[in-house]
Amino acid sequence: MLAEETGAAVHAAGWFLENAWLIPLIPAVAFFLIIGFGKRLPRGGSEIGIASMLASLVIAAGTAYQWIQRVDAPVAEVGHEVAPVIKSWNWFDIGNLHVSIGSHIDGLAVTLLLLVAFISTLVQIYSTEYVRGDRRYTHFFASITLFSAGMLTMVLAPNMVQFILGWEIMGLCSFLLIGHWWEEEANSEAALKAFWTVRVGDMGLLVGTAVLLGIFGTLEISEINEKAANFAGDNKGLLMFAAVALFIACIGKSGQFPLHTWLPDAMAGPTPVSSLLHSSTMVVAGVFLVARLYPVFHVGLDINIAGQHFNLIAVIGGITILIAAGLAFVQDDIKKVLAYSTVSQLGYMMLGLGVGAWTGAVFHIFTHAFFKCALFLCAGSIAHTGSHHSFDMKTDMGGLRKKMPVTFGVWMVSTAALCGVPFFSGFFSKDEIIDSAKYNDYKLFYFVAIIGAAMTAAYMTRATYLTFFGKARGGAAHFVHGDNHGHDDDHHAAAHHSAPLSFAKSDSSWQITIPLIILGLLAVVSGYLNAPALGIHWFEHMTESSIGSGTAMSVPPPPEFTWAAAAPGLLLVALGFIVSLALTKAVFGEKKNALQGLTQRNALLGAGHKFLVNKYYLDALYEKVIVRSIAHPISRAVYWTNQNILDGIVNAVGKGGKRSGEFVYKYLDQGLVDGAVNGSGAAASGAGTALQPVQSGKVNLYGALLFGAAAVGALVLVLVNS
Amino acid sequence: MLINQFLILGAVLFCIGVYGVIVRKNAVLVLMSIELILNSVNINLLAFDRLWGGQVDGNVFALYIIAVAAAEVGVGLAMVLLIFRNRKTIALDDLSEMKG
Repeated sequence: MLAEETGAAVHAAGWFLENAWLIPLIPAVAFFLIIGFGKRLPRGGSEIGIASMLASLVIAAGTAYQWIQRVDAPVAEVGHEVAPVIKSWNWFDIGNLHVSIGSHIDGLAVTLLLLVAFISTLVQIYSTEYVRGDRRYTHFFASITLFSAGMLTMVLAPNMVQFILGWEIMGLCSFLLIGHWWEEEANSEAALKAFWTVRVGDMGLLVGTAVLLGIFGTLEISEINEKAANFAGDNKGLLMFAAVALFIACIGKSGQFPLHTWLPDAMAGPTPVSSLLHSSTMVVAGVFLVARLYPVFHVGLDINIAGQHFNLIAVIGGITILIAAGLAFVQDDIKKVLAYSTVSQLGYMMLGLGVGAWTGAVFHIFTHAFFKCALFLCAGSIAHTGSHHSFDMKTDMGGLRKKMPVTFGVWMVSTAALCGVPFFSGFFSKDEIIDSAKYNDYKLFYFVAIIGAAMTAAYMTRATYLTFFGKARGGAAHFVHGDNHGHDDDHHAAAHHSAPLSFAKSDSSWQITIPLIILGLLAVVSGYLNAPALGIHWFEHMTESSIGSGTAMSVPPPPEFTWAAAAPGLLLVALGFIVSLALTKAVFGEKKNALQGLTQRNALLGAGHKFLVNKYYLDALYEKVIVRSIAHPISRAVYWTNQNILDGIVNAVGKGGKRSGEFVYKYLDQGLVDGAVNGSGAAASGAGTALQPVQSGKVNLYGALLFGAAAVGALVLVLVNS
Repeated sequence: MLINQFLILGAVLFCIGVYGVIVRKNAVLVLMSIELILNSVNINLLAFDRLWGGQVDGNVFALYIIAVAAAEVGVGLAMVLLIFRNRKTIALDDLSEMKG
């Protein structure tokens, strides 16, 4: 059945839609080329990486164009359903389970393909400057290219096996990239932490996929979605189990509470990696999984059923928004502020999916990728040019806005988008999620979301003030005052730092600023693809066929936008700005006042501060309590067994061995074996002497002996057989 | 069809070959005698192949032996030629340096 459908769809589709499988394949091949030949190339393999990402981008753009045509085509609009373009080849068979590999192109896949290819291209261009002279330059580009290939493979996966393949490639590459500077122990530990924390969630992916296979008997995503959307059976508990298991995978990958602890540590990697990881790849993989298999979650968790005020996804998303936003207040490292902000925004996406705002959530993936990528690249630009490779806002930044106008401008635009200031991109996507929470009867989460928005505005104000305003401190002071002294770094060859470029010019070089400007522009305009406030629903129209619909599920349409409904959220955001600006100025400003050092003096505030600085003690809980309570008794028991039982056995065996060895030496070896050896030697010598005449050197005699022996052998054979 | 004639022919050829290998002093004649032995084996193979339903197994074996025999004669004659060049004789009685 599927094959026929596929055939029909392919005939109707355009070249790009049919051949979208090239998009992940090109970077995957490029990875092997970079590994194999990168070191011999003049630019160390980065040219292959950038070229492959550009090729992917071109094909992705073509795919997007043809998808838009497909949706707008009058024939396809019949029945309000646009069929996805599925192309697949048989990969392997296990019994009668056919696992295929190929591409599944629909609105959701196209959005992510374009996004990933675009951001990867910009990040790679940026990286050519940022990691220049690095000792593992080639490996960096190889890993980052494979990383994009993994995400792209996952995005257009037509079945769960290919999905898992892409998912795991990303897991591996994130490990390689976070631990890129593994010589420092903290970095390699962060890489391990990221890898293992995500692995905890990955178990859920395998279990959930297996349960889905059990329920529906297929691994094809389109079939699973169709069957789940029309689910009518008595084993709904199983579907819920599958949804929960899959969601655990999303918690791990997308850094949701309580497995979010790996994400901020992942800042140990180079900044372009953080940027890529936190915008379009890796962390949105979990959100993407929920969006991709939305019928499974929607039906399995009874989302949007009348009278439901809570569900697993919304609760986890809501908790994540608040705790991550809280943590962002106490970070001194600019990248960690952004990392917690990502965690918090991922919470919004999950919340959106949990309350039935599918379009809002997917659109938030889209807009968030641009402005978050821009923010990270700004942080990288500051560290690279302005602050001696330090990311510490308190000791090495401040007053940078005049010296780095491009970085400052992009930062401000992206911050406005992140905080949801009206008419920036984040406003349109975030507001739709918040509105849906209100109208779909998840009132509590509506309040969580608007408080989260206010907190976002507040911590971003603090970070912006510390970075760009006030007095220049530490590394930034050298930079702002044009003092080139003491600028040496850990990660780069000294050569390009002796060049006057880094300090003589005010801002970073073009490889850094061009991607920044492009992303800054997109942080503003990308929101206008779906701006309910202006009556634009284009993005929704393009992707709505991916939501899935059936007898068992009905996703409510996004609520009508009214300024009155958005007003409370906007007021809170404004309040967040003002309060935070006032407090930040008071605490970190130049004037002395009572607020400075308050956390040291007031016990209650101090305790709260300490609680936040220690990340709610979650790391301690995992390492000291959970790991210790499980691992230590086990290791103690193993040690005891080792000392008392295994050692006893080994000792007894050893003693027994020694005694029997002595016995053997005394009687067997000296008497029997030696005798046998000597005897056989004498026998061989005697036989040799006796047989010497046979070796006459005459070929005929040898022939006669040979045939005589054969004749004797034949005679024996005949006698034995008869 | 009686198989006996073929087997007897093979046995006679085999014995002539063995006799030649043991008695003859001329190296070329010894090589020829070896060929006789091999061909007697071929006759046996073809005879039994015919007897048991005419599969190709025996024919293939015979072909294989012919090919190996050709290689063997090639190597053997080359050795004889070299011996002749060095010693001006191919009498096997004179080649007894290997006496133990």
